[in-house]
Amino acid sequence: MFHALVAIKQVPDTTNIRIDPDTGNLVREGVPAIMNPYDAHALAAAVELKRKLNGKVTVISMGPSSFNATLREAIELGADRGILLSDRKFAGADTLATSYVLAQAIKAIHEEEPVHMLFFGKQAIDGDTAQVGPGVAVRLDLPIVTYVSSIREVDLERQKAVFDRRTERWSEIIETSLPVLLTCEKEIAPVPFAPLPDLIRSLRYEPEFWSKSDGPATFDDAYVGSKGSPTIVYKMGTPPLPEAGEKINSREVGVDAAVKSALQQVEAAGVLAEILGGAV
Amino acid sequence: MVPGMNIESNETNVRRFWVFIEQEGGEVHPVSWELLGVARALVAQVQSEAEENGEEVVVEGVLLGDDVEHIAKLAFQYGADRVYLVDDPVFKNYRNCPYYKSIAQVAEKYQPEVFLIGATTLGRDLAGAVATALHTGLTADCTGLEMGEVKGSRRRLLLATRPAFGGNILATIICRKYRPQMSSVRPRVFPMPECNPDAAGEIIRESPAVQEENALACILDFIREKGADVDIEYADVIVAGGRGLGNPDGFALVQELAEELGGVVGASRPCVDLGWIDAAHQVGQTGKTVRPKLYIAAGISGALQHKVGMQNSDFIIAINNDANAPIFDVADVGIVGDLFEVIPAMLTAIRGRKEALANE
Ligand SMILES: Cc1cc2nc3c(=O)[nH]c(=O)nc-3n(C[C@H](O)[C@H](O)[C@H](O)COP(=O)(O)OP(=O)(O)OC[C@H]3O[C@@H](n4cnc5c(N)ncnc54)[C@H](O)[C@@H]3O)c2cc1C
Ligand SMILES: Nc1ncnc2c1ncn2[C@@H]1O[C@H](COP(=O)(O)O)[C@@H](O)[C@H]1O
Repeated sequence: MFHALVAIKQVPDTTNIRIDPDTGNLVREGVPAIMNPYDAHALAAAVELKRKLNGKVTVISMGPSSFNATLREAIELGADRGILLSDRKFAGADTLATSYVLAQAIKAIHEEEPVHMLFFGKQAIDGDTAQVGPGVAVRLDLPIVTYVSSIREVDLERQKAVFDRRTERWSEIIETSLPVLLTCEKEIAPVPFAPLPDLIRSLRYEPEFWSKSDGPATFDDAYVGSKGSPTIVYKMGTPPLPEAGEKINSREVGVDAAVKSALQQVEAAGVLAEILGGAV
Repeated sequence: MVPGMNIESNETNVRRFWVFIEQEGGEVHPVSWELLGVARALVAQVQSEAEENGEEVVVEGVLLGDDVEHIAKLAFQYGADRVYLVDDPVFKNYRNCPYYKSIAQVAEKYQPEVFLIGATTLGRDLAGAVATALHTGLTADCTGLEMGEVKGSRRRLLLATRPAFGGNILATIICRKYRPQMSSVRPRVFPMPECNPDAAGEIIRESPAVQEENALACILDFIREKGADVDIEYADVIVAGGRGLGNPDGFALVQELAEELGGVVGASRPCVDLGWIDAAHQVGQTGKTVRPKLYIAAGISGALQHKVGMQNSDFIIAINNDANAPIFDVADVGIVGDLFEVIPAMLTAIRGRKEALANE
């Protein structure tokens, strides 16, 4: 049976992040937590495939118990099984330690029920690192296709699949063997409205809970959480304020005068002649 | 034993600062040269410390490809002392597996102290894989890099600064215990170094870690993307429009000014989200980082996420009818006014200036 796995992260909705105008600090209160948008599209693609191939979708997430809400949302969107990887020792993980915990869990899941495709988001919008997917692929020694914009073909018999992959300059059509790990663009599939049966199921669904010592996966202390993270936050600061230039009010001096004065300053900076020299 | 290069056991007396030289089809991504410039600056910061300890410090490039030796010579001109060249048909097109395994193999052999990779699509695909294979720390999208003294470390460490929370906070990350200290950097965050056509260096050839049958992936075809020929990253002049344009037609005006100045069109994210213009034009945190000679922002409020992508431009003109718009904070000169009046006036003035130049 076709089995897809999706790695999902809960992130603060950064479109709602505000800065306190008085203190310059981040306002965290009231910022809703959402499923990382790229992961939602990755999940939608996995669910589409499972419906076509008559299979199953397992979702995993590493994080505190509040992440259960996101796993339930995944059930709502059509996932069959949700697993939360949660332990105090997992906390403070950087991308290297995160990829270790996810990879160990995936190994255990794969042993129970072989996984054909692993879906990751292109990146998590809280850190934008895009490192966890490639990290897991390396740990499991799997082929990886990043920036997947569409799935062309999955052939379970030949154990092959074909994808479109987006780069800066072109799209590649790329074929790999199965299992394969994908990191997904939003175009890979639209996030559907939850069908009623899945909605009802999700209300009662309790995600499985795997900790460091509880559950079928094994974890080595040295690799998890802050202890297993090579990177350390050394200091935090606010960006230096740039020096603002002159502001010319065109309503006061007139539009033509304002433009003239602005262009004179470009010229004085030695930029305009250079540009116009090239343009004429 | 935890794998990876524990520093105590691996400190050699040659300190290697590595840069990944990114090329596709023989075309080098200029971010590679920008990073060689950064590596040279980092090396200068540890020079005296190294001399005291009797150590040598070098900048080295890592180059993979099929028949790309000529690129190694360019790398010397932009600041590399030495290039590790893995030249093999398996690298004809970029694929994750042969690339990361071969780079990890060379890194294990020579034990670099610092390793910088461009945060391009290719570089992002690669960097996380290499860091995991080497079991070391990687800091993504750095905007500041410096070798600094850190209590408890014998040598200066790489202080990698990156924006967090949409640019509101700068976090400085270190990697104390493992080597190499890896960072990815987006194109155009750092300036292009001078090219010295007389510079030469040493090429060291290495073999690939993977043969074709184990490459794990096969590229069947390439399709050109819409907007692929828009190169705003390396443009000298950008005229960018924001939601203040009011509707997609507003870009015609922006385009006219851009053409008059021999430049290209940029945009803020809402314009892309609204479908007014292709995503290839987007400037900012989730778009491109640019540093043109002249950046004109019209009808852009200047949200942090936009500013981080353009604040390194040589000269910035902001046009906005709200005198309190934050874009004015980064502008060298701001015009408070309606862009639909200001841009036409600018077009007239520039055409006049050009004519005057032509008659000189
Ligand atoms: C995670 C995240 C990532 C993001 N990444 C990016 C990114 O990469 N790039 C980006 O740009 N944004 C990004 N954003 C969005 C960013 O926060 C802002 O919402 C966006 O930059 C605002 O675009 P704007 O200035 O065009 O629109 P607005 O903020 O609506 O500003 C329009 C401006 O036009 C002015 N105006 C209106 N009419 C006129 C007129 N006739 N003449 C002159 N001025 C006029 C108004 O005074 C106003 O200042 C991101 C946001 C998030 C949360
Ligand atoms: N804590 C986590 N739990 C589950 N999946 C994760 C976690 N962190 C990252 N991922 C996955 O890795 C992708 C890339 O994340 P990042 O490398 O942090 O940008 C995300 O889109 C998720 O699919």
